[in-house]
Formats: sequence, C-alpha cells, structure tokens
Amino acid sequence: MVRALKNPLLSFIAILVFGLVFQYGFDEYIQLMVLFITVNCLMAMSLNLVNGYTGQFSLGHAGFMAIGAYFTAYASVNWNFLPENLQGLSFFVFAIGSGLVAAAAGFLVGLPSLRLKGDYLAIVTLGFGEIIRVALLNMDFLGGPRGFANIPGFSSFYMSYAFAVLWILICFFTIWRVMKSSWGRGFLSVREDEIAAESTGVNTTGMKVRAFVLSSFFAGVAGALFAHFTNFINPSSFTFLQSVNAVIMVVLGGMGSMTGSIIAAIFVTTLPEALRPLQELTGVDLRMVIYSLSLVLVMILRPKGIMGELEITDLWRKYVRRSARS
Amino acid sequence: MHDFVQHLINGISLGSIYALIALGYTMVYGILKMINFAHSDVYMVGAFGAFYIARALGIQAEPGVGSLAILLISSMVICSLLGLVIERFAYRPLRNAPKLNILITAIGVSLLLEYGGQVVFGADPKVFPEVMKDFVIISFGNVELKSFDLTVLAVSVLAMIGLQFLIYKTKLGKAMRAVSANASVASLLGVNPDKIIAFTFIVGSALAGVGSVLVGMKYPKIDPLMGMMIGMKAFVAAVLGGIGNVRGAVLGALIMGLSEEMVVGYLSSTYRDALAFGILIAILIFKPAGLLGKYSVEKV
Repeated sequence: MVRALKNPLLSFIAILVFGLVFQYGFDEYIQLMVLFITVNCLMAMSLNLVNGYTGQFSLGHAGFMAIGAYFTAYASVNWNFLPENLQGLSFFVFAIGSGLVAAAAGFLVGLPSLRLKGDYLAIVTLGFGEIIRVALLNMDFLGGPRGFANIPGFSSFYMSYAFAVLWILICFFTIWRVMKSSWGRGFLSVREDEIAAESTGVNTTGMKVRAFVLSSFFAGVAGALFAHFTNFINPSSFTFLQSVNAVIMVVLGGMGSMTGSIIAAIFVTTLPEALRPLQELTGVDLRMVIYSLSLVLVMILRPKGIMGELEITDLWRKYVRRSARS
Repeated sequence: MHDFVQHLINGISLGSIYALIALGYTMVYGILKMINFAHSDVYMVGAFGAFYIARALGIQAEPGVGSLAILLISSMVICSLLGLVIERFAYRPLRNAPKLNILITAIGVSLLLEYGGQVVFGADPKVFPEVMKDFVIISFGNVELKSFDLTVLAVSVLAMIGLQFLIYKTKLGKAMRAVSANASVASLLGVNPDKIIAFTFIVGSALAGVGSVLVGMKYPKIDPLMGMMIGMKAFVAAVLGGIGNVRGAVLGALIMGLSEEMVVGYLSSTYRDALAFGILIAILIFKPAGLLGKYSVEKV
C-alpha cells in the first residue's frame, strides 16, 4: 500500500511546488487558465479511457460533466453539514458525490447504448448529451436557462490548484492501475478486435460499460471542479462543442496515451489564448477553424495522434536506448 | 381537429425537407458505410451560395418559378462541387483506415465548414431572399395549405423519384449498388469504385443543395451553424428508416417531421430538440437496423 502510494505522493508534492510559481509569479488571468487546464486534463484523461483504450467513440462527455457540475453546485449551496473551517473538505465530498451521480448516469446510458458499435454509438452518446442539456434547461430548481450562480469556490488560487491536482493524480493513477489489471486487458482486447475478444470469453458489453462508468465518474468530477472554479454554470457551457473539445484533446494527444492527453489538454487550452493577438487583428474567431483543420490533418497524416500509444516515459526510454547504442 | 390537420400539413412539409437531407446521409452510408457528418454543412454552404447568387443576379426583385429554378440549379452545383472536394481531400486518403478515424475526420470537416463559414460569411444570420410569393392555395376553416408547403413537397417528391430512377433503372445506379455490395469485387468486374463514390457524393450533395433552397424559402434566416441541428434530425430520420435504404429515409423523415410538429403543437417547444434523440435511442434499442433495414450479422 505504501509502495503503491509512493509515486502519486511524490508527483503530488512536485506539482504543488510547481503551483507556487503560478501563485506568486503570474496574474489572475494566467491562474484561471491553469485551473481550466486542470479541468480539461481530467476530461481528456477520462475520455481517453473510453475513446483511446476501449476504442468506443463517445460524443456525450459534456453531458456527464454537466451532471457533475450541477450536482456540486446544488449540493454546496444547499447542504451544509460541516463546520465553517472544514468547508474545503465538503468540496471533496461533493466532488465524489458528483462523480458517483455522473457514473450512475453513465451506467444508465451505457447499458443500452454500448451494445451498438462505432458510428451509432457516437450518435447515441451525442443524443444523450443533448438530452441532458435540454433536461437541465427545463429544470427550474437548477436555474434553467438562467444558469446557476454564486457557487461557493475556494478562497485562494493555491487551494483550488491543490484540489485539482489531487483529483488529476487520483484519476491518472486509477486509470493507470486499471489498465494494468485484467479489466484493462479486457478494454484493450475490445479495442483491438471485438469479435475475437468475445469469442475468447471477454464480456465485451460488460467491459465497455465498466470503462464508460469509470470515465463518466471522472467527467463528473471535472464538472465539479469547473463549477467551483467559475462559480457560475449554465446549460450552454456543456454543449456538443465541449464534448468535441474533449475528443480533440484525446485524438491530438494520441488515442491510448495518458500523458499524451495531458499534453494535448495543455496545448488545446492555451492555443486560443496564444492566438488572441491574431484574432484581434483579423476580427474573427480562428480557434475552431484551426482545431478542426488540425483534427483532419492529424487523422490523415498521423492516424494514432501525436503520441500514438506511447507515454512520455516510453519516449524517454527509447531516447536513452538510442543514445546508448550510438 | 382543424389544428390537427394544420399540424399534419406542417409536419409533412417539414418531413419532406428532412427527407432530402436524409437521402444524402443514406446514400453515402449505403456505399461507404460511413456517416458523412459534413453533409449538413454542405447544405449550409448551399444556402449561402444561393443567397449570394440571388444577390448578384438581383433575383429577390422578381420572385417566381424561374428564379426558383436558377437558385436550385446553382445551389446544386455549388454543393456537389463542395461534396466532391471533401471526398477527394478528406475521405479518400482514409479509405482503408479504421472506422473511428474516418468518423473523427468527418466531424473535423463538419466543424471546419461551420467555423470556416463563420469566418467567410460572418456569424450573424442573413435573410434569404424571397424566391416565390407565399400565398394560400386552399383555406378550409383555420386550415391553410400554403404554396410553399406544396412547392417543398413537389420538389422533394420529384427529387426522390429521380433518385429512385437513378439507382434502380440506370447503369450508373447498378454500379452504385454493386460498389455498395462489395467494392473490391465490383472493381474486378470493371467498375471504378473511386468514380462511383465520387458520383455518390455529387448526387447526395446536390440533394442537400435542393434542401437548402427549400429551407431558405420556408425559414428565411440562414447562418453558418444552421446545418447542425437539421443535420442531426435528418440523420436520425435516416437511421429510423434503416440507413442505406432510400425508401426508409423518406419514411423516417416523414415520421420525424410529423412527430416534431405534434410535440411542438401539443406539448412544449423546448422538447423539440430532445425528441429526435429520444426517438433515435428507442429505435436503436428495439430495432437496431431501423424500420425498413435488414439486420446483418458481422462475419469474421
């Protein structure tokens, strides 16, 4: 147990030290960007489990994010069971709660729709995402189209950052360990050849549902983080585009590469900000044009994404081996 | 009762527009086994093309059947050229790639057209010129049959009959069916699959062009994101009827149009967009191949 926690703990401390730089070195605008990067990291990693490792194409990830965000918003406004100085802890509890609610929704969605394959699955998940959004629009106690305002957040940037990093590490190492287990092998076998997997006794629908539920859990948590960081959510934050955004991150980073997803999340979140001067110059929103063009080009030129199935550590090992040989 | 008949008329009119777009999805799916997500954006470009041509020719000053014909033809030409370009540069390089990659490419092309459209045409909605005068043909109590509804229905039915003729009575249609059944065997027998696939894209996109002008007449506000929702609904219609099946697409589109009008008329218009997906999910769970589709077992 202690050995299993060594790596996450070390990385947690390392990234926290990194956060000090952002706390004191940069202004609030960049700090908010960093928080959005963490949310997107969580989204990309969780979707990677379904899209990258299990090979099922889900386009409804924003829906689960919305469920998580609304659960946290409602809970942290209406339920106060902890004393004032432990408020941060209740955020953690609510994040788990939103994860669980999203996971339950993922189970309900996944069980019927994961019997379908490829294109149909994409459309059905897209449909569920839209249905969740329309349902939220019609729920008056959640604000309906006006949105949900005044969600309590963390008092400082550093607390939010630490909270987000904690969840990213939980997500990363959970998925990492799951992929090394027999479930993970099952996920991979479903991706490689569904019929062969089924004929060797893998319960393919079961595997897909498991991956889907785990993935929607972390999407729900990502939504909870998003709600706390922005303090305001409304149904139009969770449209089809948000789902596509997550897909773009997974595809660009490499389908089946966790570190690739993280790199792509950082890249995709910072790119529009870097393009802002150009945008002001031309007066049009070039962000989506560049995204979509790069999506098409990556698919044609490098179908497995930038990192492929490799992790950063693999690249490092390759590099060391190559330099040792020469 | 009068309300019901009016909803019926509106529903059929809406359904026949969906049918025109759904046919494009169904044709491409039937041959390539891929969802051409960009189809609804080809339709959007067609609407804008017709808008600019109408402005250049000054057509809005003289509404009539002649200007309708000009706009239909120009929009069809624009759409089919665009469809051809998309097929050549985005889908052909991926002909043998895994399905997931093709799907992602299609989504990429769709987004590219939508947001590229915002850059080129501007994000604000534009008003489609008045191509024909809208007048009431038959009025029976509160029920009105307007000339637009009749025109839309007539053009759609003509397009469908033409398509049916093309697929089942011509040599080209025979080649299309052959490629659909088995592309490699068809190529052994002297059919060039690349050409047939390109032709399919031309025909499908031309139908989208027809649809775009008709929608522009009926709902005269066009904007670069207009294809998104109608594309989804048309796709749902195609799946509902059994994708890859021409008659199924028409049947599905009529069901979609009618049920949507009924939901808006008798329940609430906020559920309009959720309805399509609700129908889709129900259909895929209970009858995965659609109403008229054949269920095929995947062979190893």
